Amino acid sequence: MADAVDAATTGSAAARVGATLAAAHRPRRAEIVFWLLVFVAPLALPRHALLGNEIAILALFALSLDLILGYAGIVSLGHAAFFGVGAYTAGLFAKHVTGDPLAGLAVAAGAATLVGFATSFLVLRGTDLTRLMVTLGVALMLGEIANRAAGITGGADGLQGVAIAPLFGRFAFDLTGHTAFAYSLSVLFVLFLAARRLVHSPFGISLRAIRDNPLRAAAIGIPVNRRLVAVYTIAATYAGAAGALLAQTTQFVSLDALAFERSADVLLLVVIGGTGYLYGGFIGALVFKLAQEGFAGLTPQYWHFWVGLVLVVLVLIGRDRLHGAAARLLARAARATTRSPASGGAETR
Amino acid sequence: MIMLRRTLLHAVAAALLTPGLALAQADTVKIGLILPLTGPFASTGRQVEAAARLYMQQNGSTVAGKKIELVVKDDTSAPDIAKRIAQEMVNDKVAVLAGFGLTPLALAVAPVATQAKVPEVVMAAGTSMITEASPYVVRSSFTVAQSVVPMAEWASKQGMKKIVTIVSDFAPGLDAEKVFSETFTKAGGKVENVRVPLRNPDFAPFLQRAADEKPDAIFVFVPSGAGTQLMKQYAERGLDKSGIKLIGTGDMTDDDILNDMGDVALGVITAQFYSAAHPSAENKAFVDAFKKANKGMRPNFMAVGGYDGMHLIYEALKKTNGNTDGDALVAAMKSMAWTSPRGPVSIDPATRDIIQNIYVRKVEKVGGELYNVEFATIPNVKDPVKAAK
Amino acid sequence: MLTILFDGVAYGMLMFVLAVGLSVTLGLMNFVNLAHGAFAMAGGYVTVVLMNRYGVPFLACLPLAFIAAALLGLVLERTLYRRLYERPHLDHVLFSIGIVFMAVAAVDWVMGSSQQNLRLPPWLSGRFDVFGVGVGRYRAFLIAVCGLLVITLELAVARTRFGSRLRAAVDDRRVARGLGIPVDTIFAATFAVGSGLAGLGGAMGAELLGLDPTFPLKFMIYFLIVVAVGGTSGLVGPFVAALLLGVADVAGKYYAPAFGAFAIYTVMIAILLLRPQGLFARPR
Repeated sequence: MADAVDAATTGSAAARVGATLAAAHRPRRAEIVFWLLVFVAPLALPRHALLGNEIAILALFALSLDLILGYAGIVSLGHAAFFGVGAYTAGLFAKHVTGDPLAGLAVAAGAATLVGFATSFLVLRGTDLTRLMVTLGVALMLGEIANRAAGITGGADGLQGVAIAPLFGRFAFDLTGHTAFAYSLSVLFVLFLAARRLVHSPFGISLRAIRDNPLRAAAIGIPVNRRLVAVYTIAATYAGAAGALLAQTTQFVSLDALAFERSADVLLLVVIGGTGYLYGGFIGALVFKLAQEGFAGLTPQYWHFWVGLVLVVLVLIGRDRLHGAAARLLARAARATTRSPASGGAETR
Repeated sequence: MIMLRRTLLHAVAAALLTPGLALAQADTVKIGLILPLTGPFASTGRQVEAAARLYMQQNGSTVAGKKIELVVKDDTSAPDIAKRIAQEMVNDKVAVLAGFGLTPLALAVAPVATQAKVPEVVMAAGTSMITEASPYVVRSSFTVAQSVVPMAEWASKQGMKKIVTIVSDFAPGLDAEKVFSETFTKAGGKVENVRVPLRNPDFAPFLQRAADEKPDAIFVFVPSGAGTQLMKQYAERGLDKSGIKLIGTGDMTDDDILNDMGDVALGVITAQFYSAAHPSAENKAFVDAFKKANKGMRPNFMAVGGYDGMHLIYEALKKTNGNTDGDALVAAMKSMAWTSPRGPVSIDPATRDIIQNIYVRKVEKVGGELYNVEFATIPNVKDPVKAAK
Repeated sequence: MLTILFDGVAYGMLMFVLAVGLSVTLGLMNFVNLAHGAFAMAGGYVTVVLMNRYGVPFLACLPLAFIAAALLGLVLERTLYRRLYERPHLDHVLFSIGIVFMAVAAVDWVMGSSQQNLRLPPWLSGRFDVFGVGVGRYRAFLIAVCGLLVITLELAVARTRFGSRLRAAVDDRRVARGLGIPVDTIFAATFAVGSGLAGLGGAMGAELLGLDPTFPLKFMIYFLIVVAVGGTSGLVGPFVAALLLGVADVAGKYYAPAFGAFAIYTVMIAILLLRPQGLFARPR
């Protein structure tokens, strides 16, 4: 914080802003602890690698939705469109070009970026409900196209014959899922770092201004539409990467990658975990998946009921209260483990 | 002296028994049942699970000295979850993967079966090429094409010249459309094809379009739940009085919901491999036991696939003497033959698919309830799609 | 071809009855109630049970379905929904999806997961000819009943005191409260009526659309389309949107079955792009 004080005294507004941003960007203790735990997970829980892989992919997907929902205020019920585009591109790339996972990941993310850019203009206008329906419509149409083009995509049967080559030529994607888990986690981490950098930059701050009051943001000179297009495209890239991970680690793609249920699930996740601070997606993914697994183990047929009950109770208690309580707990835990007087605790919103 | 002998005897007995006990405990064979228990195809999952449990209840849970443990998991009709569950089961030393209510679910798991060398017993899904996805796939249910070819041939023998097919736009539907069209045109008839989206609320426009072609009959293939809707709208359009016959596979007159359809279903002719009214002693016993164990629910063709699938696994284990090696089990399953509640069945050793009788049936009222009453039998039908290759 | 038009109109009017409650709730209470389909499902199941188990005639079941769903809506509104009015939309989404999950699983457990069947009275089955155009009796019945409902609703909103209070509350809640209008009571009554209408729609739709525990999830998309395209500040908008949806869907499937499903999505996106606030909405 010393540089901030210096900058303040030297007076330049830009320098002040820059210093504040830099301070916000420094990693909090709780974050470091979180990521340490995450990277220990594959070693500590080898039997749950497959589930862990699913959670990591879901977390990346949720992160991508948080970018537009939490930071730009765009409500989307069709985010699975980009997830699906990424998944099918990665699958088709592996089947027809080369099984190299990293190349496939890049190509798939690129394809999703293009689709995201192309459809970003549809979400610029209208109310929340309009955006909801337009994004939903786009996803449904892409789903129909994938179904029609069954000759290429495999249609309702799913894409067969996707074979992924070993990562770096050494680590094969086998039945145990260890490589898959490590791969997904690494991609998640790298993309997360990039996202974190993004939201703490002037670009990210301007997004939050747009989310809170677009009229005022436009009045002070922020190019609202361009920013929205940019963040929507970036979110599409992330979603496409998540889809590619799913295709590569399961070596199978089917129409449910584009389905309405997938879009609805990820929206639920991000809302459960909290929007606007990047970790909401992780928490939501973890909580939702574990709850689903737990309940499904108890009552394989009726677990939806208990998940629904949890959601209802969650909302009635109040997400803010829960998040506030969780944040305070986290802060206390972080302080306890490090005993440092200065910055500890989760980000405030 | 006597004391010493007694102690020795006790010691020897203990020594002989203990490893036996340890062996028995370590010898559980896990069967993993992966089914859609929630979502739009939940009724399939329910029927298969109920039938599998009934079989275990009737035949005990010990086979060839091993204890059988059934692990049931819901795949929510999502292929990637089915694959993950299969992988977890295999890592957990499950010896046989079974179930699979839909084609993509069976296909997603096939590579896991191949890699882990574990048999995959398909108890429900019906697309022909599933058995080709892995050398470990053995099917106890049916292929859609098996029911379609006899239907097309029967229609042609009745003198029908023009038929419109209405199928749901998914793999089994497309299989049905292709096989029906090929068979019927080969017999000298004309076919028009109409496809209906899988999740479809309204059949009216498609029926109207079909009727406008003025065919002799409309052939229908839709997943079991949608049959009711279609039949009602068929009657609503007055098509039942127009002389256009309604024919299809037994999915349309699924025993699960047939009785609730009401009189609008009377007289509908279908072809399939199972009817709850099949007049055999085995079937009567099966239906009665199933109803008793499941609050009066009638078993349908999915249930009999589950029942026979369990039979297949049990008999294979008996043949291999409890050896759970995947290759040995699959080899034991091939060319197995037995009398199922549906009639005589066997597994084709060349394709690992099921060979069974197909019956042509008419919906009639028996004892106040609606049943598919069989009136013609085509014996030992192999899967036509693979047989044609 | 006229038959297709007729079919589409019937389908569209049914959609209107089902979705109008959602539209009014959204416009009035600004509450995104994704559980609306659950009330429709409730009405449908009440009808099925009454008809199949107790032999209640079909016509008598319809008002009973309305009342049952309305009561359910009233109870839920008073106990749970009212606490959430001031919360952000996302909370509404989360809450109502939770309710849908619970409803779907509960109905599944009680009634089983297979399709339910209604046996219509004979005078409602089959069809009759009007100048050579085949007219399905049940669809004609639907159009008649829904048409009556639309007229009643419009009269109620435009000509009664309750209607004018409702319109005032929709336009500006705070000012309405300030004028002494009992906004809370209006909310409760409107929610109840909206849910009741959904239940009635579910009862009438069971024959046409099918009825099983996944009904709310299957048809939520259609309700949302009607509300988004039609706007939330009146009845005319959703009515026209529903008719458009019905005819486009049916006609699309008849004339171009390969693209049938695309038709409604394309139409919806096009309309929303041209008029983001919906067809007849006054911009807020």
